Amino acid sequence: MATTVDKPADLEQRDDHLRRTAHSGNGGGRDLVPADGSLRAVQDHSPAASTGIWVGLTAISMTFAALTSALVVRKGASTDWQHFTLPSVLYLDTCILLGSSVTLELSRRYFARSLAGLRAGLADSARWLYLTLLMGVVFVSGQYVAWLQLRHQGLYLSTNPSSSFFYVLTAAHALHVLGGLGGLVLVTYRLSRSRLRRSTLDIASRYWHFMDVLWIYLFLLLWFKM
Amino acid sequence: MHDTSAHAVHQHAAPTSFIRKYVFSLDHKVIGKQYYGLALLAVLTGMVLSWLMRLHLGWTDLKIPGLHLLSASGAPGDVMTPEYYLQLMTMHGTIMVFFVLTTAPFAAFGNYFLPIQVGAEDMPFPRFNMMSFWVTFTAFLVLISSFFFGDGPTLAGWTQYAPLSAVGAVAGPGQGTGEVLWASSIAIFCVGQLLGSLNFITTTLDMRTKGMSLWRLPLTAWGWFITSVMGLTAFAVLMPACILLILDHVAGTSFFVASNLVLNDQLQPHSGGSTLLWQHLFWFFGHPEVYIAIVPGMGVVSHILVANMRRPMLSHRVIVYSMGALAVLSYMVYGHHMFVSGMNPFSSLVFSFPTLVITIPSTILVLIWIGSLYGSKLRINTASLFALGFISMFISGGVSGFFLAQPSIDIMLHATYFVVGHFHLVMAVAAIFGIFAGTYFWYPKVTGRMMNETLGKIHFWLTFVGAYCIFMPFHYLGIAGNVRRYQAFVDDYLVRLIPLHRFITVAALCTGAVQLIFLYNLFYSRFRGEEAPLNPWQATSLEWSTPSSPPPFDNFGGRHVVVYHDPYQYGIEGSTDDYVMQDSPAQIQSVRDEK
Repeated sequence: MATTVDKPADLEQRDDHLRRTAHSGNGGGRDLVPADGSLRAVQDHSPAASTGIWVGLTAISMTFAALTSALVVRKGASTDWQHFTLPSVLYLDTCILLGSSVTLELSRRYFARSLAGLRAGLADSARWLYLTLLMGVVFVSGQYVAWLQLRHQGLYLSTNPSSSFFYVLTAAHALHVLGGLGGLVLVTYRLSRSRLRRSTLDIASRYWHFMDVLWIYLFLLLWFKM
Repeated sequence: MHDTSAHAVHQHAAPTSFIRKYVFSLDHKVIGKQYYGLALLAVLTGMVLSWLMRLHLGWTDLKIPGLHLLSASGAPGDVMTPEYYLQLMTMHGTIMVFFVLTTAPFAAFGNYFLPIQVGAEDMPFPRFNMMSFWVTFTAFLVLISSFFFGDGPTLAGWTQYAPLSAVGAVAGPGQGTGEVLWASSIAIFCVGQLLGSLNFITTTLDMRTKGMSLWRLPLTAWGWFITSVMGLTAFAVLMPACILLILDHVAGTSFFVASNLVLNDQLQPHSGGSTLLWQHLFWFFGHPEVYIAIVPGMGVVSHILVANMRRPMLSHRVIVYSMGALAVLSYMVYGHHMFVSGMNPFSSLVFSFPTLVITIPSTILVLIWIGSLYGSKLRINTASLFALGFISMFISGGVSGFFLAQPSIDIMLHATYFVVGHFHLVMAVAAIFGIFAGTYFWYPKVTGRMMNETLGKIHFWLTFVGAYCIFMPFHYLGIAGNVRRYQAFVDDYLVRLIPLHRFITVAALCTGAVQLIFLYNLFYSRFRGEEAPLNPWQATSLEWSTPSSPPPFDNFGGRHVVVYHDPYQYGIEGSTDDYVMQDSPAQIQSVRDEK
């Protein structure tokens, strides 16, 4: 056990050092109040929410990884796996969800412009956001149509393990998309009241894009396994 | 010298109404106390259930007065039926593992002290935090409600192996409604713990105050952080598994039930499901859960021992690395629960190797604790005694793990009382000792009053001896071939073991009764205990830097804490005291274990 001399003499100097050497997150260098006293700037810098969304997405990834491994094991466990054609509406739905990511990015871009002082940016941002919301609703409705198409084929939740997994995976994803829609409604409300922070929009976008990527993954999984 | 800049970013204002202050509170300290209260309620329930089970095991035809009130069909004439024994056993295990061993060391202590120890005024998502508790509490109510619906709670054990758990009422009492309530309760519980883990991780990463680098976190904070990462990844797997189980029940799917299964002369309407699939999903959660229960205790015990040894551990960093290694390895070893499940024997070898490897970080931790204690002038108080007790239980229970880790030996010992003795000592009793240690140590901070030390020491010694009297004989029973989950012993070779079972029952009843001393101390001291000084243990971490006990709403009374030192600056030469607080700007000869 070595004994060394700690030199914390100069607070200012030490703070600079801490800022430079902070290993991660905000620890070791958190500024509560900037020099100009602008609270908005502080509040908009929300590393916890940014970290939090990644943590949340990790949990969601684990859930779908568990369901994927369950699908693989169940498919190999027996010869009763029945292959079926994916409902055609899923192709359209996939395009709509991908498109909604594009419209959300456009909204984000216009919002950034509005922050830069361009008044028109805010209205454009809202317009693209409404379109994103609409596409999200259409996507979830499309999933419902897919379930109806499957029922029409005589494939219900308990008909076969393949249909069971189809319903479980698509329903789990749709529930998460509904959660994302709730977040976007909040973002839209705040935008309409001019109370939207950029970080909030960024975090909502990150979640939405993740839902997009997750759906592509699930779609490919279903495509290959069904 | 303190930085006194005002706290500009309050997460929320101090509440004034009773509901917002004590019920739906956003304050992490209140939520921590709520979790502790829930754990206390749960542990009392679980303990009473264990008493009922032990009485039945000792004297199978014993009438337990009033038992029929709990279940007329489960205890006709106040005598427990075999099925009801299994139902009580299932509830005992479930309540203890989920609502005591997960909630108390992690959610209760962690909620109260993690934000304070990192120098924050609260967790970053207080609403999620509040939801976390109330969702968990709802899960508890749903689980307990199964006592009162249909033919009682499920009897499939806390591991809920399929197909017993998945086929419905035909499998026995409680396998209908009780089973669905169990799976729903655990799925809800998972949501609560995911919300909690989200807060713990972000608090540790992003809410640390100025100067609080990761290596300056106390070992408790590291314990909670590592546990929250495990919680996030493990509960996210158990939740979908429970949903699939519910679907097998209520929607007629066949995830876990194989073809051609005949139960009670009825062909089950399922096909092709995999019973092993449930075990894989469950134990992928289940083994990390063991460490979710014990790692916070490791942090708490290290923290308490350091404060009482008045010098740091031999290596702060190696303790952190070891706890991290336990977390990583915990996902790779889960298959050792399935050595005799019928999975490919090669898989047993694959899972056996990391199971033996995981003993290395465990052993390193024990060696560091013992090596650090060696030659130290340990202050003997109730908290440090329970910390020593934790180490003792962890070693005693851990040693039997070496045997169980080897498939060839496990074939004989699997599903015997040897396993029951092993996991009760290493996970349950050790974790409970960690909870007791934390309670005696932090009580002055939480309530502003001291617990009675004499009563505490009596409580420790009686519990310590009692726990060994209960759980060491389990190992002998297991070696003698006593199978677990039997409700009565009628075979010739088992009949001879009944006296030992009776001894265990008496020990369990006495050790349980001893806990009344703790309860008395806990509640009496709250009102009549000696008033506590701000820092009664002369400890260095930030929870002892708060301006009052209990800490004010924003923890530091508007002061922006700045951290200057590693967490355990004890035995400082030239200092007026022998310690320096983490937020003291004093220039010192720093005690460091690593450069």
